[in-house]
Amino acid sequence: MSGSTILEVNNISVVYSDVIQVLKGVSLMVERHSIVSLLGSNGAGKTTTLKAISGLLKPENGRVTDGMIIYHDEPIHNQVPEVITRRGIIQVLEGRQPFKYLTVEENLIVGTAIRWGKPYKKDLELIYHYFPALLERRKILAGYCSGGELQMLVMGRALMAKPELLLLDEPSLGLAPMVVDEIFQIIRKINEEQKTSILLVEQNANMALHISHYGYVMENGKIVMEGPARSIVENPDIREFYLGMSASGQSKSYKDVKSYRRRKRWL
Amino acid sequence: MKKFHFRPCGNYRETYGQELTVFETDFGRLWTWVGIFILFLILPFLGTPYFLHVLNMIGITSIAALGLNILIGFTGQISLGHGAFIGVGAYSAAVLSTTIGMPFLFNLPLAGLIAALVGMIFGIPSGRLKGLYLTIATLAGQIIIEYVLVHWESVTKGTMGITLPRPAIFGYELSTDRDFFFLIYVSLGLMIFIAINLMRSKFGRAFIAIRDNDRAAEGMGIPIFRYKLLSFGISSFYAGFAGAIWAYYMVSITAEPFNLGLSVEYIAMVIIGGLGSIAGSVYGALFITSLNEILRWLTDILMNMKVFTEAGVNVAPIREFFFGLAIIIFIIFEPRGLAEIWRIIRSGFRLWPFSY
Amino acid sequence: MSFFFQLLINGISLGFLYGLSAMGFVMIFKSSSVLNFAHGELIALGAFFFLALVTWAQLPIAIAFLVTLAGCFALGFLIERIFLRPLIGEPLIYVIMLTVGLAAMFKGLMLLIWGGNLQTYPDFLPGFLTLQWDILNIPPAYSAALILGVTFLTVFGLFFKYSPQGIFMRSVADNQKAALSLGVHVQRVFALSWAIAALVAGMSGVVLGIINGINVHDLSSIGLKVFPVVILGGLDSLSGAIIGGLIIGLLETFTGGYLDPSLRDVIPYLVLVLILMVRPYGLFGLVEIERV
Repeated sequence: MSGSTILEVNNISVVYSDVIQVLKGVSLMVERHSIVSLLGSNGAGKTTTLKAISGLLKPENGRVTDGMIIYHDEPIHNQVPEVITRRGIIQVLEGRQPFKYLTVEENLIVGTAIRWGKPYKKDLELIYHYFPALLERRKILAGYCSGGELQMLVMGRALMAKPELLLLDEPSLGLAPMVVDEIFQIIRKINEEQKTSILLVEQNANMALHISHYGYVMENGKIVMEGPARSIVENPDIREFYLGMSASGQSKSYKDVKSYRRRKRWL
Repeated sequence: MKKFHFRPCGNYRETYGQELTVFETDFGRLWTWVGIFILFLILPFLGTPYFLHVLNMIGITSIAALGLNILIGFTGQISLGHGAFIGVGAYSAAVLSTTIGMPFLFNLPLAGLIAALVGMIFGIPSGRLKGLYLTIATLAGQIIIEYVLVHWESVTKGTMGITLPRPAIFGYELSTDRDFFFLIYVSLGLMIFIAINLMRSKFGRAFIAIRDNDRAAEGMGIPIFRYKLLSFGISSFYAGFAGAIWAYYMVSITAEPFNLGLSVEYIAMVIIGGLGSIAGSVYGALFITSLNEILRWLTDILMNMKVFTEAGVNVAPIREFFFGLAIIIFIIFEPRGLAEIWRIIRSGFRLWPFSY
Repeated sequence: MSFFFQLLINGISLGFLYGLSAMGFVMIFKSSSVLNFAHGELIALGAFFFLALVTWAQLPIAIAFLVTLAGCFALGFLIERIFLRPLIGEPLIYVIMLTVGLAAMFKGLMLLIWGGNLQTYPDFLPGFLTLQWDILNIPPAYSAALILGVTFLTVFGLFFKYSPQGIFMRSVADNQKAALSLGVHVQRVFALSWAIAALVAGMSGVVLGIINGINVHDLSSIGLKVFPVVILGGLDSLSGAIIGGLIIGLLETFTGGYLDPSLRDVIPYLVLVLILMVRPYGLFGLVEIERV
């Protein structure tokens, strides 16, 4: 493993409840200080991959049955989240799960759980610097915040843990395009200024590839394509299947049976 | 010739009719008939009156447990007032027969209906309350009913209790344990029949929908309040019915047995038997009643062996201890109860030697 | 009039004790959404543990009290470890039923060891705790209850509102999965809340034992009285628990004093039903923020 890689997922299989196999040999790498995006359709196994890394599979009765997840040269698969988070990997869950009955600021304080007892005032200021919207609402119960504010809140909460690797699960889910834009700008900024490595799972492929350095595409529990973000954007298949344009830039026609065949080959 | 159905190796149902069958295979039907045959023609003529007495108690508790399982296991509303509803049934039967002289056969369903009414009154909070809050409301119901049973002396005769006349069906007086055996098990059979068919109907499906997600159920157009109330009503009807039989069988009743402990005992039955399983309710009743008897027997032996030196050591604490233990063990090791264990054993046999 | 004030004082002290017991209960509920039906048994266990330490082991009162608290803390911790941990992730009804099972088990055990008779502590409270105004006379046990009640309430209130550990505990109550994803030690939070609850329960058990004498049935039925208290206060509000406790305590003593002593034990539940009809989430409870 080269010195610049912090996370290496090596051919992992994940099985839920001992019967349902969701991942069938997924491998990926995250370089230090980079943004890596993981794309794919619904049910491809993106979220499961993230959970396998962060250890959150366990409460859902899932298990890594094969392969390895190596973080800083040490295997971390099938560890409990309490251990993995303390080593610097924090996952931001899909669908914004704030602590509804805690105020915004208290939500952020929960982010310091992995270094409980250490001062956190400066980190709070930093979070408010990145997400000024949160500062105005810091005394408000999180349950009463809007979707965009909540997304900022859960990201801020994760940043409070000062993660080395941040796993972001669909930050754009259900948000207005303007807000999505803002959030992605912040993600990029965090990556540049805090040197946080980010593994980003997205449906919004265009947006994700735009800010990331490297990309992976998943289908049916397997990685089917990988490459530098730019080369993925330019790949004709990706353009057609994920970005919704045909190779020539025109909207695609269902008469084109060939494309169907091409897609089948992928699966 | 009729084609026999064997258990298919997958889900090959093609019509709604097939989905609705009670017995998947003809063997199931056959075994049921064999079971009924043994139950009615062989069991009552075996063994001592004591054995029959235990069987009778199992039968009565099964009816009540069935009712509780409809409420908890199928509709998902946890009730801590079941013991009190049984008491309401028992007292209704007693009061009706001693004051108005209502005939026995009318008395049973009537007691059930009165209990159902009371149950529905205490089910009203279910319209606004969910889960834990509702459980607490039923706890309040239990304690209030208990208080009323003791203190409404003009009707319930307070702590004195009421003595019931011998029940008679068309002039035939039920006096022996065997007479009661037939009464109890015919009622139980009827109640199981009703429960199974109820659960296959629109009502049963609505109950299950409410259990699994009441908001979604409401969104699907199920009037959840009405159905929750109905579930409370049906459940308390079963309780009241069982209570009425119990009162006749015991001849005299006081308010004492219908306490919170009884409610807890019933919840234990339903959990040990298997939530959401009709057969499970019977298994649970069987298990708890037998456990009761075994513990009584054990303490007797220990008393004779002079392990307990104090005279009058109560069975109650030991019983309570083992109840608690049984509940805990089941919840930790097989939360789906005896019904699930039985299913596993059965499919183990069916699939042997290829256990997958 | 002096009768009235006497009832008032008794009601307030009793109320503080109810409130304190309820606080332990609320704590478990807040962190793990578990209704603890074994709470009354925890209260009784505290009382009996103290009794054993004072009479059998002949420890000095102060030390015995501290040992009782420590013992209850450890007990709560162990209960969580042994019985509740295997159930993490199971539906809530099983967890609640488990506490019902625990309640039956503890009760049986206590009855086997100590029997069902009423026992009393030796008299040990110092005389200066007896407060005297005019005709009004506050027995020492009641003033001790007041002092302990206020102290514990303040300490725990501050703990939950401001200390990070308190905030972590609330976060677990709120959204377990999210708390897990941020590295909150969820199991430690559960264990801690059980331990604190058992500690508070044991403490109120001791004080209740001083006031009313120690009896398994009486003390464990207080565990049920916690329900009207917490419903009044709202299941998830610590200060609500105290206020609910006060209301129920006053209600009980006044019904007992002016109406019918036998009504005393039912009146809280009648109030409970009324409250549930009018304000389903209690007087101080959080209205559920529910989004589909």
